[in-house]
Amino acid sequence: MSMQAVSDRGAGLFGRLSDTLWRRPGLLIFLLILPPAAWLGIIYLGSLFALLAQSFFSIDEFTGIIQYEFTLKTYAELFRPSNFDIILRTVVMAAAVTVGAAAVGFPVAYFAARYARGKWKAIFYLGVMMPLWSSYLVKVYSWKLILAKEGILNWMFETLHLGWFLNAYLAIPVIGGNSLSVSATGTFLVFLYVWLPFMILPIQAALERVPHSMLEASGDLGARPAQTFRHVLFPLALPGVIAGSIFTFSLTLGDYIIPQIVGSSRRFIGQAVYAYQGTAGNIPLAAAFAVVPILLMAVYLWIAKRQGAFDAL
Amino acid sequence: MHSDRAPLGLKVAAGLGLAFMHLPILLIFVYAFTTEDKSYQWPPPGLTLKWFAVTWGRPDVWQALWLSVKVASISTVIALVLGTLCAAAVSRTKFFGREVISLLVILPIALPGIITGISLRSAFNLADIPFSFWTIVLGHATFCVVVVYNNAVARFRRVSGSLVEASMDLGANSFQTFRYVILPNISTALLAGGMLAFALSFDEVIVTTFTAGQQQTLPIWMLEELVRPRERPVTNVVAMVVVLVTFLPILGAYYLTRGTDTVAGQGK
Repeated sequence: MSMQAVSDRGAGLFGRLSDTLWRRPGLLIFLLILPPAAWLGIIYLGSLFALLAQSFFSIDEFTGIIQYEFTLKTYAELFRPSNFDIILRTVVMAAAVTVGAAAVGFPVAYFAARYARGKWKAIFYLGVMMPLWSSYLVKVYSWKLILAKEGILNWMFETLHLGWFLNAYLAIPVIGGNSLSVSATGTFLVFLYVWLPFMILPIQAALERVPHSMLEASGDLGARPAQTFRHVLFPLALPGVIAGSIFTFSLTLGDYIIPQIVGSSRRFIGQAVYAYQGTAGNIPLAAAFAVVPILLMAVYLWIAKRQGAFDAL
Repeated sequence: MHSDRAPLGLKVAAGLGLAFMHLPILLIFVYAFTTEDKSYQWPPPGLTLKWFAVTWGRPDVWQALWLSVKVASISTVIALVLGTLCAAAVSRTKFFGREVISLLVILPIALPGIITGISLRSAFNLADIPFSFWTIVLGHATFCVVVVYNNAVARFRRVSGSLVEASMDLGANSFQTFRYVILPNISTALLAGGMLAFALSFDEVIVTTFTAGQQQTLPIWMLEELVRPRERPVTNVVAMVVVLVTFLPILGAYYLTRGTDTVAGQGK
């Protein structure tokens, strides 16, 4: 009845349109969803499929011209030792960054979730949000300043008469190098710094849901703090850690700017993609390389879903 | 009770963690005033305000800043429209493909930026679209939708359906209901989402390197300086200004949504 009353009053084109939308909610949903779905579907998915399609083409080694015929040759190239090393190196780095971020981030998240109250709650919240949202390049740049040979970190080691220690560390192959800013350790530190907030927020969200009484019960039943952590707190926080690791893992896999600015000359997947599509002009191989993080993330997400990590997002 | 006080070890670890996240950014503030212009020497040999004047007089910095502001503004507007429409549809009813739409919105930010970037670039290549202001906007709007969507969808769920029905019963049509009932309810969420989208776009570099061609947004300008440093002091000043500028929308978004989030938390 009320619908009739509305349509009587709502004269004109807008009124009629409004009535039609009210009577047919399906049409309304369709009209609402059409622009965003069209934008993302055409521009984003369209481009993504164009890229995937290119990974099944190959490049003629002599002429450098792309041959538009279906082949798996380009994917086979990924398993060449030099390319496979790049993939392996990136995965190891992503795993190390994930473990490091969980170790550094857990105490911050735990304190913020369990003990911070009132003013301190706000300080911890903003204390994580600010670095999360502040400029990515500025964050990378600040580490270039810190790790430089004449920078603050070397200065601290020299002032504390620990220069010999730093030199001994840098002499270690693979993780060392001429100076921190051109070593794998430097790359690791920058990755850890830049992605750390992405790890803290989901852990905190998971820990906020752990009832206080559960930890007390564990203590009452005779568990030492370490045991409570191992058998009660950590299993409950694990979905949060996994949710955070999705970010740290995915972001490290795809980054090509950090290893380019701080790090050795050994390349990561992102740099390989960038180099092959740019100067080399080998778009099929670049596309095939780009598929690697997508596949790795698909597997990772599938495992994470089974662990219930998405409830903590 | 002792269990309400944090163990000392935890306090120290949490404090060190926070310090680790903030000291590097503060370091940039010191470097913006250093008199040294050839290296990253620490401690700074002296302090000066000279570089602020030098930076102020640089047309390339102003051009890059202006381009970034234009791109971020237009991308934010597009993201606001698309994100709100999407959130309205998804929060209203369960319809076929709802999960797919949510996934589609999140995908551009869930997959590494380089994949979004190279996809767009190869699509532009295939379609013979030359790089322009709009190719940058196209990329930015795509990954900004998710920020607006996330903020809006949470608020839409809280706007009760009976409010909308009451408005219609009182004789308002759909458009009036949207203007006078729904919009005031979701406006702070949209503002917060818009601010975050602006900050995201203003700072974006990975996708932009693939869609900008020869144009320089501010992050691209900084990247050039990072890869091939020419004038370190100017870079230091720009970095400091960028930090200050991006803090404003974050603080703004925080204060806009703070009250509502607390309410939601109490409801649990």
